[in-house]
Amino acid sequence: MATTPTRDGPPPAVTDEQLAAMHDDPRFVELKRRLFRFIVPATVGFLAWYLLYVLLSAYARDFMGTIVFGNINVALLLGLCQFLSTFGIAWAYARYTAREFDPQAQALHDEIHYGEDRS
Amino acid sequence: MNLLSQAEGGADRILTFTLFLIMVGATIVITVWARKHTRSAADFHSGGRGFRPWQNGFAIASDYMSAASFLGIAGIIALSGYDGFLYSIGFLVAWLVALLLVAELLRNSGRFTMADVLSFRMRQRPVRTAAAISTMSVSIFYLLAQMVGAGALIALLLGIKEGETFLGMDAETAANMGIVLVGLLMILYVALGGMKGTTWVQIVQAVVLLGGAAVLAVFVLVDYGFNISALLGDAAQASGLGASFLEPGQRYGVEVAGDATQTMWNKLDLISLGLALVLGTAGLPHILIRFYTVPDSRSARKSVNWGIGLIGSFYLLTLVLGFGAAAIVGAEAITAQNSAGNTAAPQLAEAVGNTVGGSAVGSFMLALIASAAFAAILSTVAGLVIASSSSLAHDLYNSVIRGGKATDREEVAVARYASIGVGIVAIVLAIFAQNLNVAFLVALAFAVAASANLPTLLLSLFWKRFNTAGAVAGIYGGLISAIGLVVFSPVFSSTPKSLLGEGVDIAWFPMSNPGLVSIPLGLICAVVGTLMSDETRTERFATLQVRALTGAGSERAESH
Repeated sequence: MATTPTRDGPPPAVTDEQLAAMHDDPRFVELKRRLFRFIVPATVGFLAWYLLYVLLSAYARDFMGTIVFGNINVALLLGLCQFLSTFGIAWAYARYTAREFDPQAQALHDEIHYGEDRS
Repeated sequence: MNLLSQAEGGADRILTFTLFLIMVGATIVITVWARKHTRSAADFHSGGRGFRPWQNGFAIASDYMSAASFLGIAGIIALSGYDGFLYSIGFLVAWLVALLLVAELLRNSGRFTMADVLSFRMRQRPVRTAAAISTMSVSIFYLLAQMVGAGALIALLLGIKEGETFLGMDAETAANMGIVLVGLLMILYVALGGMKGTTWVQIVQAVVLLGGAAVLAVFVLVDYGFNISALLGDAAQASGLGASFLEPGQRYGVEVAGDATQTMWNKLDLISLGLALVLGTAGLPHILIRFYTVPDSRSARKSVNWGIGLIGSFYLLTLVLGFGAAAIVGAEAITAQNSAGNTAAPQLAEAVGNTVGGSAVGSFMLALIASAAFAAILSTVAGLVIASSSSLAHDLYNSVIRGGKATDREEVAVARYASIGVGIVAIVLAIFAQNLNVAFLVALAFAVAASANLPTLLLSLFWKRFNTAGAVAGIYGGLISAIGLVVFSPVFSSTPKSLLGEGVDIAWFPMSNPGLVSIPLGLICAVVGTLMSDETRTERFATLQVRALTGAGSERAESH
C-alpha cells in the first residue's frame, strides 16, 4: 500500500528561508500564472453555470418544465449537463496540470531540495 | 408492506443480520490489523500518507455518501420528485471547489488538520482554537444527524411499529440500540484503527454501498427495459402530481398561491441552500483531512477525481432509485413507513426483488440495501469522529495547551481518548435528540463549513495581507452567524414542524438556510478583521505559497 513518491528516499530538509527565496523567482511567478490561468476562469465559469441553473430552477419554472421528448424536460437535461460539466472540468484540469503545471512544479521542487545541478 | 416484520418466520431479519454481521466482522478484522500498524501521529491522523489515489478516492466517496445522501436523496426524489436531484447536483458540483482551489494546496502546506493551513502564518493559539471550535461544530452537527437517522433506520428495518416489540424491544428501545451500536463501532474503528483502519473500512463500505445501489438500479432499469422516459412517466403519474413532479418546486422554493412575500423568501431560501451545498464541501473538516492520506499533491488531485467519478455515478443511481421508488412503491406506501421518505430505497429493493424472483430475492435485495445503508452511515460517522479527535489532539491539546511540545506518542494517546469522548458525547446527544426533527443539521453543517471554514481557508492560501485577526474574525463571524440565523429561523420555532414547536415564536429570520447571509458575512468579517490589524507576515506567505504550489518542504509518506 505504501508508495514513496521520491526517487531515492525522502529529500533533504529545506528551511523556510529557502522556500521563501523562491517566491519572487520568475519561474515561480510563471508557475503561479499557469495555475491561475486554469483555476480562475474554470471556477468563475462553473460557479456562474451552477448559479444560473439554481436561478432557473427558482424563477424560470415554465422554461424548466418544457418537454424535450417523451417525459424528459429541460430541467432534467440541464441537471444532467451539470453532471457532465463537472466530470468534464475535472478531466480537463487533470490533463492541463499534467502537461502545463506538474513538470515545472517538480523542477522547482527538486531545485529547492537538491540545488541547481539537479533541476 | 411492513418491511422485515412480515417475513416468513423472520427469515429476512436473519438474512439482514447475517449480511450486516459479515460486513461488521470484516471491518473489525481490518481495524485490528490497522492497530498494529499505527505508531506515529502521522499514522493515526493521516494513515501514514501512503494511500493510493483510487483508495483515497473510494474513502472520500465513503465519507461523503452518508445516510443523508443515500436514503435522504432517494427519499426526497421519491416524494418530491425533481428537487431531490437538484440537491444532489449541489453536492456534486461542490467537488470542483475542492479540486481546483483546495485539495492540492492543502496537501502540500498542512500536516494533519485544517488548522495547520489556517495557522501557517498566524499566531497559533487563537487561530487553532477557532478552527478547532468550528471543526467540532460542523462534525457534531453532521454526526448527530447521521446517528439519529441510524436509530430510526434500525427501528424501521426491524419493522417495529407503535406498540409492537421485537426480541422484547419496542421501537424506541430498538432506535436507542441502533444509536449505541453505531456509536460503539465508530469509536472502535477510530480509537483502534486510526486513519489507516478507518480508510480501509471506508473503502470496503464504499464498495458495499455502490454495489448495492448499482444492483438495485439495474433491476429497476431492466424492469423498464432501460426506458428512462417511461420510468419518469410512471413516477409522475403515481405521484398524483403529474408533470410538475418532474420539475423543480415541489419542495424547495415552493410557490405559495396568494402570498407573494412567502414565495419570495422560499425562492431565496432555495438559492441560499444551493450556495451552502456548493461552497460547503471544501470546508468540511472530515473531507479536508483525507487529502493528507496520500503521498503528494498529484495523488490528492487524482483521488478527488476518483471521488468525483464515484460520487457522480452514485447520484445518478439515486436518481433511478428515487424515481423507481415513486413509480413502483408509491408515495403512500413510503410515507406509511417513514414520513421523510428515508425508507424509499429499502422498500424499493424489496418490491423489485419480489417482482423479479419472488420473496426470496425480495428478502435478499432488502438485506443488501439495508447493509448498504449501514455502510453509508458507519463510514461517514467514522470519518467525522477522526476529524474531531485529530483536531482536539493536534490543534487544542498539542498546539494550544502544550505549545507544540507534546511528543508523537502523547498526541496519539490523546487522539484515541478524544475519539472515545467524542463518540460518547455523540451517542448521548443522539439519544436525547432522537425524537426531534434534526434533518436540518446536515444543511447547517454545510452552511457553517461554507461560512466559517471556506472563506478563511481560501484567504489563507491566496491573500498576502490576511492575518490572525482576520482568520479569527472570519471563523467566529461565519460560525456564529450561520448558527444564530438558524436559531431565529422557522427551523427552530413558529411552525408545527419546528424544533421547539408552534408555541414558541422567535423566528424573525425568514429562511431555513442561512448561507445567503452568513457566507458573505463570514467573508466580510475576515476582510474587515484583517484590515483592522497591522500584522502582516509577507515572508511566511512567500513560504506558504512556494510550499503549496511546488510541494517543496511538504510532509512525506511514512516509510515503514
